[in-house]
Amino acid sequence: MRPSIPAGRRAFLAAPALLALPARAQGVRELLNVSYDPTRELFRDYSAHFVREWQAQHRQTVRVNNSHGGSGRQARSVIDGLAADVVTLALAYDVDAIAERGLIAKDWITRLPQNSAPYTSTIVFLIRKGNPKGLRDWPDLVKPGVAIITPNPKTSGGARWNYLAAWASAKKHGQDPEEFLGRLFRQVPVLDTGARGSTTSFVQRGQGDVLLAWENEAHLALKEFGAGQLEIVYPPLSILAEPSVAVVDANAERRGTRDLAEAYLRGLYAPAGQEVAVKHFYRPRDEALLAKHAQRFPPLELVTIDGAFGGWAEAQRTHFSDGGVFDRIYRPGR
Amino acid sequence: MSASLALPHRARRLRAIPGFGLAFGIALFWLSAIVLVPLLALLLRPFELGLVGLWASLTEPRVLAALRLSFGAALLAAALALPLGLLLAWAVVRLRFPGRALLDAAIDLPFALPTAVAGVALTALLSPNGWVGAPLAALFGWRIAFTPAGIVVALLFVALPFIARTVEPVLRDLGREAEEAAATLGATRFQTLRRVVLPALAPALLTGFGLGFARAVGEYGSVIFIAGNMPMISEIAPLLITIRLEQFDYAGAAAIGLAMLLLAFAVLLALNLAQRALRRGWA
Amino acid sequence: MNAAEDPRWLRALVAALALLVGLLLLALPLAAVFTEALRRGWEVALEAILEPDSLAAIRLTLLVAAISVPLNTVGGLAAAWCIAKHDFPGRRLLVVLVELPFSVSPVISGLVFVLIFGLQGWLGPWLQARHIQVIFALPALVLATLFVTFPFVARTVLPLMQEQGRAEEEAAATLGADGWQIFRRVTLPNIRWALLAGVLLCNARAMGEFGAVSVVSGHIRGQTNTMPLHVEILYNEYQFAGAFAVAALLALLGLVTLAAKSVLERWSGRAVGEAG
Repeated sequence: MRPSIPAGRRAFLAAPALLALPARAQGVRELLNVSYDPTRELFRDYSAHFVREWQAQHRQTVRVNNSHGGSGRQARSVIDGLAADVVTLALAYDVDAIAERGLIAKDWITRLPQNSAPYTSTIVFLIRKGNPKGLRDWPDLVKPGVAIITPNPKTSGGARWNYLAAWASAKKHGQDPEEFLGRLFRQVPVLDTGARGSTTSFVQRGQGDVLLAWENEAHLALKEFGAGQLEIVYPPLSILAEPSVAVVDANAERRGTRDLAEAYLRGLYAPAGQEVAVKHFYRPRDEALLAKHAQRFPPLELVTIDGAFGGWAEAQRTHFSDGGVFDRIYRPGR
Repeated sequence: MSASLALPHRARRLRAIPGFGLAFGIALFWLSAIVLVPLLALLLRPFELGLVGLWASLTEPRVLAALRLSFGAALLAAALALPLGLLLAWAVVRLRFPGRALLDAAIDLPFALPTAVAGVALTALLSPNGWVGAPLAALFGWRIAFTPAGIVVALLFVALPFIARTVEPVLRDLGREAEEAAATLGATRFQTLRRVVLPALAPALLTGFGLGFARAVGEYGSVIFIAGNMPMISEIAPLLITIRLEQFDYAGAAAIGLAMLLLAFAVLLALNLAQRALRRGWA
Repeated sequence: MNAAEDPRWLRALVAALALLVGLLLLALPLAAVFTEALRRGWEVALEAILEPDSLAAIRLTLLVAAISVPLNTVGGLAAAWCIAKHDFPGRRLLVVLVELPFSVSPVISGLVFVLIFGLQGWLGPWLQARHIQVIFALPALVLATLFVTFPFVARTVLPLMQEQGRAEEEAAATLGADGWQIFRRVTLPNIRWALLAGVLLCNARAMGEFGAVSVVSGHIRGQTNTMPLHVEILYNEYQFAGAFAVAALLALLGLVTLAAKSVLERWSGRAVGEAG
């Protein structure tokens, strides 16, 4: 049936096909890291470092491929067969979801130090310069006339941390947390699907008075868009966000990459890896390093997911599953 | 009605042109591999929930609101695109003015511009600090981006060429003889347009409306940036599908997909029947 | 003045209104894309396009289009030929089925292939045991694109084929030509311009598809990112100038396609005019 395509067109079709032959050299080992949105810059740096290190130690050329997207979507891709050797996601729940399908050993969280989270972060407020609405703590957010930008907790890992931090604060202030979250979300004009989308809405489109953001994301926005327009406010209380990392056992076995995958994750805990994390505004696990950068990472009271919410499985079921507390917020008639 | 008449007619024609077997084989294989088998998966998957579960999953208030929004906005956008598309087609076919060729080419633009790019561009234009959004907000206090109005604008962009391009060839074919005849018989211009031109265009307008609507109702890429994505208010059904997928709820996601497909089919069927009635009434 | 003619002022008004609609709804978004792309100058835009990951995305997009457009051309032609030149039970149904993908949301078009080829789907485990990667790799990108662009060729050539009737083909059959000869020597020359227009339209859509491809791509930089997905990635990395530069290139590819199509249509229009 080829003659239905004129000869000229056929030549045109053949050209890109030739160009597209993968320029993959012999003996290059590949590693795929499937990660969430705000870690693009972190893992671009860290992967380059890892490739150099591995080359020096093992005389092997490694190519690290990165995939980024919303944490939940990335977890689903791995579950559906994306051949990730390691996952570095926004929250343990998403790694658990992969483990539930048998691709990762169930005890993954204990295989690496400190809950398999080599760096941490927290949730802060990114506000307009000069703090015109006087926002210092969570209760200020629901003052009349304050517009809040946050992504959708259903689709964004960061947004779940936002939500839980707000919940913890309301509980501490003796307010009804569900009522507080309801008021808060009624003052959200745009609910993007991911953290990056929210930052764009806040900074580029000028929506809202405050962005609830990862600490690292807020610092990055400050760096990218100029400190002249924006400011970071640390609320007195927030949540300890532990982005989880794990080797995807099924894929690493199948692809023969276990040694690479494990070295890649362990390297995040090593001094050089911790330095890269600091550079990209993640809080290092190394206490001395954290103290050294106390200016950048001011201490604040942090609740934990296990302490305040009984772990991710519980939090997910109560708050974010269909028909959970978050869905009730948007029930009509409230 | 014509079954008894059509049979001998078909029998005569059936063997008239050879090569049917091969062509039909290719067409059927191609259709099955690319469209039918994949859609079968969509058809079967939701029933994992059981009928009761399926019903419950589709009657959640959020799902109902999203379906209402998707179909309402798509119908509204297609309805708005109807006069605008007719206007564009009329100008391109009937009038001679500087920039006509350019306008003709521009009609196809939404086909060529990737939907995500269109979405980002429209959001940049219509957001309260954009080229169009800023004056609208300052003069009228209108907010378009991040509201359902923004969704309608994005869908209008997507649906417009379908209507313009469906009406255009019919308008070209129509010629002016009938209009001139009507004029000679003493009809006013308005009467001519209403009694002669519009009925002739009506089937094409309906077809274009159907195509534009079908394209708009499932649109994702261009809407997601401009919608605001608030549950119950500006959350479209395709977004809800991706949300369910991200919660690892495959059957629930497929259920919304199936519901959308069936509803879209119902609308298209209704349009088809209306068209047939129109043709019959006209003939 | 002829009574079938509108007054001059009315014609001018209609033209002005049409131009206004064209400007506001069609040209302005395009202008916004190019303005944003060149905001930081030509160099930045060019650099963003020549960066290895962008080049990989461009290659992948062209490859996907180069595979899916010919396949859909063959299938579309076969279906249109059956419908227009033959009678068979279920003809109407075939017309409906060919148009079906137009009314399917792009998200669903991606989803169906996940349901089939995904690790949780029908064929996923079987494929993985044999080390065949379909989902999150080139085959799935091609399948999703095929699904979305499926009706374009058939829909563009079908009306013309139907209008031209069957007299020529029937005459050829009486003279003893077989099906393939009839198709090649009689039908194809008659529809070649419409066919090319349909192919170009199909190509434009294939290159620009976002929603369906987004569901089945693993979003791996330099490997499974098509151009529309790469635009999203750059945009999410705050490289707005770069994102719009790639978007502008994509729009440019589409515009060239459309320009080629309208030139073709003018030629074919002239050819028809001469014949009549």
